[in-house]
Amino acid sequence: MAYRIIHYINQFFGGVGGEDKADHPPELRAGAAGPGLALKQAWGDQAEIAATVVCGDNYCVGHPEEVAGFIGQALDKYQAQALVAGPAFNAGRYGLACGLAASAAAARGRVSLTAMFPENPGVEIYKANTFILPTADSARGMGQAVPAMAAFAIKLLNGRRLGSAAEEGYIERGVRLNTFHDEIGAERAVNMLMKKIKGQYFLTEYKMPAFDRVRPRPGVKDMSRATIALVTSGGIVPKGNPDHIPASSARSYGAYSLEGVDDLTGEDFQTAHGGYDQTFANEDPDRVLPVDVLRCMEREGRIGRLFPTYFATVGNGTAVAHAAQWGGEIGQKLREAEVQAVILTST
Amino acid sequence: MPVAHMASIVPISKSVGANRIIPTVAIPHPLGNPALPREEEVAVRRQLVEKALMALSADVSDQTVF
Repeated sequence: MAYRIIHYINQFFGGVGGEDKADHPPELRAGAAGPGLALKQAWGDQAEIAATVVCGDNYCVGHPEEVAGFIGQALDKYQAQALVAGPAFNAGRYGLACGLAASAAAARGRVSLTAMFPENPGVEIYKANTFILPTADSARGMGQAVPAMAAFAIKLLNGRRLGSAAEEGYIERGVRLNTFHDEIGAERAVNMLMKKIKGQYFLTEYKMPAFDRVRPRPGVKDMSRATIALVTSGGIVPKGNPDHIPASSARSYGAYSLEGVDDLTGEDFQTAHGGYDQTFANEDPDRVLPVDVLRCMEREGRIGRLFPTYFATVGNGTAVAHAAQWGGEIGQKLREAEVQAVILTST
Repeated sequence: MPVAHMASIVPISKSVGANRIIPTVAIPHPLGNPALPREEEVAVRRQLVEKALMALSADVSDQTVF
């Protein structure tokens, strides 16, 4: 029996209209429409498009929960096993809409798939929730996108165990797969190293995250009038770790008062960090967060003032995305407080 | 605002994109040295923080290790 699939497209591909119809609320049409006609042809008797959801891009992005609910109802009404969205190419809002639609179906236990240009903002947001196939940046790539989507949807529906993103051609989801190798890790690592030394192509088994770069800010002109803030990834927290920052894979940071604190002592402060020997930091937390010397420098007028709040988290297997978000939040707070410079300590 | 990154493993500071890098003593006690008498240890800490303040006062155009 053929699989039943719901296809999601926007107002443009649904023939409703262009940008002026981007507020079109979701609409359910029986059968295939727009690019769905090509998908239908590619599937032949393996799968049928039971219905098409047509929705304006602005409407979808502006009413995510309502559209997700609408998609859930459509899947139930047609007892569909899968939702396929797009392809969205490099249309930003359409990419978000396709990602949202496919994620909504995945959240309801259905097979889901979309396709878009790898730099479409929908990729970063939704790649972990659904499968996204890469496409060209414009609808000129429709001819390649449709057969790839059709074949991949059937693969997913057949429940075949998938290989890695590189093998299967979908955009990396940040999901690690367990696989067996004939060679042990040490052998593979040495082989990789040999290839690297010889300048040959090799494939890493553990990609390092890509970090962004920030243009250096100008130096502080008058340190004797500057407010300096302390931030640390070394896990220095008030005794008892009131915010329960975990010893590894932290999911939060804390803001703690230094009001009236001249010197960090092991009686009032400790480290929450589980990635290094805590003995020295617990004995004297100034070894990680130098409050004592900054207070001295404040009294001597070397700096204007030590900012009365410090920020701390545990940098131990912490997700880069979280760290980047907290960095932005902390930076914002310090800027609003007119802090001139930051000392960030790491263990 | 300028940020001085005080940490013990300079390649990590560089790879995460710190612009003003101050190498420190050791991973579990970047700003201290438990092997030293208390006064000397504080002096080491003071020296390092002094270096951080210099880094924060300096104009740099690229990642710089102080």
